Amino acid sequence: MKDIKSILKKRILVLDGAMGTMIQRHKLEEEDFRLGWFEDHNSPLKGNNDLLSLTRPEIIKEIHAAYFTAGADIAETNTFSGTTIAQADYGLEKAVYDINYESAKIAREVADEFTSKEPEKPRFVAGSMGPTNRTASISPDVNDPGFRAITFEALKVAYKEQAGALIDGGVDLLLVETVFDTLNAKAALFAIDELFDERGISLPIMVSGTITDQSGRTLTGQTTEAFLISVEHMDLLSVGLNCALGASMMRPYLKVLNQNCSYGVSAHPNAGLPNEFGEYDETPELMAEQIREFLEEGLVNIIGGCCGTSPDHIQAIAKLASNYSPRTFGIHEND
Amino acid sequence: MTKSTLKLSGLEPLIVSPESNFINIGERTNVTGSRKFLRLIKEELFDEAISVARDQVEGGAQIIDVNMDEGMIDGKEAMVKFLNLIAAEPDIARVPVMIDSSKWEIIEAGLQCIQGKGIVNSISLKEGPDRFIDRAKTIRRYGAAVVIMAFDEQGQADNYERRIEICERSYRLLVDSAGFNPNDIIFDPNIFPVATGMEEHQNNALDFFNATKWIRQNLPGAHVSGGVSNVSFSFRGNNIVREAMHASFLYHAIGCGMDLGIVNPSMLEVYDDIDKELLEHVEDVLLNRRSDSTERLLDFAQSVKGDVGKKRQIDLSWREGSVQERLTYSLVKGVTEYIEEDTEACRLQFNQPIEVIEGPLMAGMNVVGDLFGSGKMFLPQVVKSARVMKKAVAYLLPFIEASKGGGLSSSGKVLMATVKGDVHDIGKNIVGVVLGCNNYEIIDLGVMVPPEKIIEEAIAQNVDIIGLSGLITPSLEEMVTVAKEMERANLSIPLMIGGATTSRVHTAVKIEEHFKLDQTVHVLDASRSVTVVESLLGSKKVDFVNNLKSEYAKVRENHTKNRRKKAMLTIEQARANKFQINWTGTDITEPNQLGVQTIEVSTKELIPYIDWTPFFRTWDLHGRYPAILKDEVVGDEAVKLFDSAKKMLKLIDEEAWLEHKGVVGLFPASSEGDDIYIFKPENPSEQLHVQHTIRQQSKKAAGIPNLALSDFIAPVDSGIQDYIGGFVVTSGLGIEDRIAIYEADHDDYNSILLKALADRLAEAFAEYLHEKVRTTIWGYVGDENLQNEDLISESYMGIRPAPGYPACPDHTEKPGLFELLDATRLTGVSLTESLAMQPAASVSGWYFGNSESKYFGVGKIDIDQVVSLADRKGFSLEKMNRWLSSNLH
Repeated sequence: MKDIKSILKKRILVLDGAMGTMIQRHKLEEEDFRLGWFEDHNSPLKGNNDLLSLTRPEIIKEIHAAYFTAGADIAETNTFSGTTIAQADYGLEKAVYDINYESAKIAREVADEFTSKEPEKPRFVAGSMGPTNRTASISPDVNDPGFRAITFEALKVAYKEQAGALIDGGVDLLLVETVFDTLNAKAALFAIDELFDERGISLPIMVSGTITDQSGRTLTGQTTEAFLISVEHMDLLSVGLNCALGASMMRPYLKVLNQNCSYGVSAHPNAGLPNEFGEYDETPELMAEQIREFLEEGLVNIIGGCCGTSPDHIQAIAKLASNYSPRTFGIHEND
Repeated sequence: MTKSTLKLSGLEPLIVSPESNFINIGERTNVTGSRKFLRLIKEELFDEAISVARDQVEGGAQIIDVNMDEGMIDGKEAMVKFLNLIAAEPDIARVPVMIDSSKWEIIEAGLQCIQGKGIVNSISLKEGPDRFIDRAKTIRRYGAAVVIMAFDEQGQADNYERRIEICERSYRLLVDSAGFNPNDIIFDPNIFPVATGMEEHQNNALDFFNATKWIRQNLPGAHVSGGVSNVSFSFRGNNIVREAMHASFLYHAIGCGMDLGIVNPSMLEVYDDIDKELLEHVEDVLLNRRSDSTERLLDFAQSVKGDVGKKRQIDLSWREGSVQERLTYSLVKGVTEYIEEDTEACRLQFNQPIEVIEGPLMAGMNVVGDLFGSGKMFLPQVVKSARVMKKAVAYLLPFIEASKGGGLSSSGKVLMATVKGDVHDIGKNIVGVVLGCNNYEIIDLGVMVPPEKIIEEAIAQNVDIIGLSGLITPSLEEMVTVAKEMERANLSIPLMIGGATTSRVHTAVKIEEHFKLDQTVHVLDASRSVTVVESLLGSKKVDFVNNLKSEYAKVRENHTKNRRKKAMLTIEQARANKFQINWTGTDITEPNQLGVQTIEVSTKELIPYIDWTPFFRTWDLHGRYPAILKDEVVGDEAVKLFDSAKKMLKLIDEEAWLEHKGVVGLFPASSEGDDIYIFKPENPSEQLHVQHTIRQQSKKAAGIPNLALSDFIAPVDSGIQDYIGGFVVTSGLGIEDRIAIYEADHDDYNSILLKALADRLAEAFAEYLHEKVRTTIWGYVGDENLQNEDLISESYMGIRPAPGYPACPDHTEKPGLFELLDATRLTGVSLTESLAMQPAASVSGWYFGNSESKYFGVGKIDIDQVVSLADRKGFSLEKMNRWLSSNLH
């Protein structure tokens, strides 16, 4: 594998787009989420997209291939909810290893296929580690603000299992993403660091936070800069932002990262904001226009798409990104 | 590259750099240093303990030191509890935390509670280098900075040489062996008391100053901190001297490079304001300038002991405002201290205590709501506001109960649920609490709640309002479903809609119209829920609802005007992107039996075709048949239900309760554009009917066609003879008599069971007939040999789309189908004015036999297609619009 760190200094890398949006196009039914693996499972599984890596792997592979064809350098594994914590809602804690291992494996296969066809443009696989559906630093019960529905320790154990399976399945890097509670992300990073130590390995890590409100903060109230400071103790490939906002609204916060981050900066915005029917309808052209601003200002090293983006969006973004140089960074003391 | 920059964070960043001023660390949330704080923790008075933290931050502390090392309390538990509590106080949590303990387990427990980058205070070489390195590595992994005490295996450094020796050794181990970022290292070279009267203490301050200077010059990146109040230990009780000593000590230490310190900001004089004589005496001691400096200061101290100690005040000017202003301030800032006092003051101004809630308190909450809505407050603050509100309400409750009117006129029951398929509940829980604070009873059904359950509970618990929440986009549809179900269930109570993807527009355009029995309201956020509920249940409901209705009507109007078109194709473009079938290479089978024929079948014959899974779902038993019968959770219930179903089926069969009648017709057909021409079997040039199909119009990804059912029929100009079929089946004939018997007997169970079975039989009939069509009547597949599971999973060739369903959403195509088949006469199934089939247990549809035909959803269409359809069908545009409104983009 070519060293992604050195490539990152030479050109802007393109991350893939939304998995969920592409899965929706297949109009899958309950049966698709069970096929061959969970036929007798006693609760509904429809919507648990991570399972499709097991039950309908051909669909997931096809999506990875579509994004690679569109020009993505990095594919995210279909493991956004691949922790025991997130899967507990479906009673599928036991499936976590398989979800991550198989998801990594199929993304790896597709990436290798593309790399062998185009060796000058190696394709990478990022193991997606989502935020889970619990928050470690705020209480779900406002009458009891000291209560926590999840502990750091429990998150650490869950993330460690996920990261281990992703690495077993062959990912090139890990992506801790859609961070709305930085404490959850810190638990993920803690788990990864411990795992690297135990296995005597080290993979590049991307961290991507989510600014959720109009005051420019994460769900748990941190500003972009506070978020960056809270995660940069790890040796990271990049710190960035994804989801929640469209490209244009993300720009002020990317500028904060650009100014303060000694690692790479990534952005994978949504295709605009959801319209009143919950659909993301920003066209590839419109989204690319807004991303052009980031590129002209040299704000990013990695660019991709989140909710509502499709291979068409990624194609437009990749085409655009190839015309710009990446943000310069990383002459910090450890180098 | 930044030199010596220590970056910390709470909710906001804190950068300690050579350019920044000295950083104050608040010291009062420390049980070893504050007797008051210890008492509060011991007695578990956490509200007051939090106020101590808030006072410090408001008083200027930029980091707060938290220490729970006391033998009488469980330090670990207290640390976790306190950190979790202050995490919910944004005006405290904005600053970083210093976790202060001599016990490692308390430190680690604390580190697991803070989302920002804090500081551990402290570790040292006291227990040797191995443990030191281990702990440093763990702290690094948690992403915290660290304070290193000048302490080693031999003890605490008490002179200049020992200080620098230990600090240097610690630094090398941290940087070289533990991989610590040098900028994240903070040394505490021990601040010891001066003027103790002991000779060996005379250099305590000076040694600290010199060690600080040495560290900053020789250990790159590292910072220096210390507990300043220690230095004045001998002058306890004399605040004037202490404040002067702290100020002077800091002045000199900062000059040497100390950049952080644990200081009580209210115990600190401004250096320039110190009485010059006092200052001279103090500095003589600190800098050990005279051998008699201690005695001289002690003597001088007597003279200033008056302690007029002007304490720096927290800004309480807001207390001077009107009571409304004070209440609003407390609500917005989340301050609980004065809320009872102010609520009482307010209560005395009103006739009825309830008016305090309805008036001033609600006015304050509305300010909170507006600030939140405009991004000037964020979630944790709103939650705090809710807590203040709750305190005020709790205070008023006894008065309200005692007052003649009795009870809260506005109190009511609110049912809350996150809709089916969605697991997100943070927002819903918050709304629940906020409403709970306002004396509403909350019935929370939790997450993934099916509509049936919502209706059932709403009725059973006699609730006043239903609140639905959801975060993912499919939840929007679920909400529409619940609204429809409420209408069906005749539930005339208001419906509130909330959650991230919901909107006023969606509520106005998509939900309100499905629920006419009461008002549907979109609630933007939790802080507004109170106002909404209040309005919906209070005396002003009529006005509120009227306003809302006209507002929503306007929203709908604007929506129609402004709807986006960019993601749509024109109908011409969509037609140009039709699904292409290579007609010359396609085998088209001429049906064995063209024309219309009736079909009769016995219940017994249909039973094998029943798809049982939806039957169980009807009864809220989830799982696939037959596995569901062995399901751990619902298995027993499923078996019981299945048994009674089978018994009833036997009766239906043996006593012929239901009559199954069907009609099927196969005809020559050809397509032109989006229309399908259907011809007389005996004379393929005589047209019987035109079926108008609807084409997908949204812009597709490259290579994906815009489908219409007409694409599956050979076009006129291909010259190829194609065919189409239609059918209507029912299993509901005779059901009314039997239902009447059950209802007279108040036997709901059997009544529902029978309806559910009739529905299943009708579906089974459609399945049975489709198979017969494929294998014999049309006969385009010779030997299919499919099992029932294959039928259910639609693994056969050809489709049978039903008018009113996704592939052909136009209900107005139904009368044509019925006419073509003479269905009403032949089967007894009629169409209501809204084109629903009667009896309900009926299925109708078209047959397409092409191997490439498939199910799809038409989705949104644009007005140009509606115009085209209206034109082709001879309908007015208005009529066509009405029938296709839910598909109109």
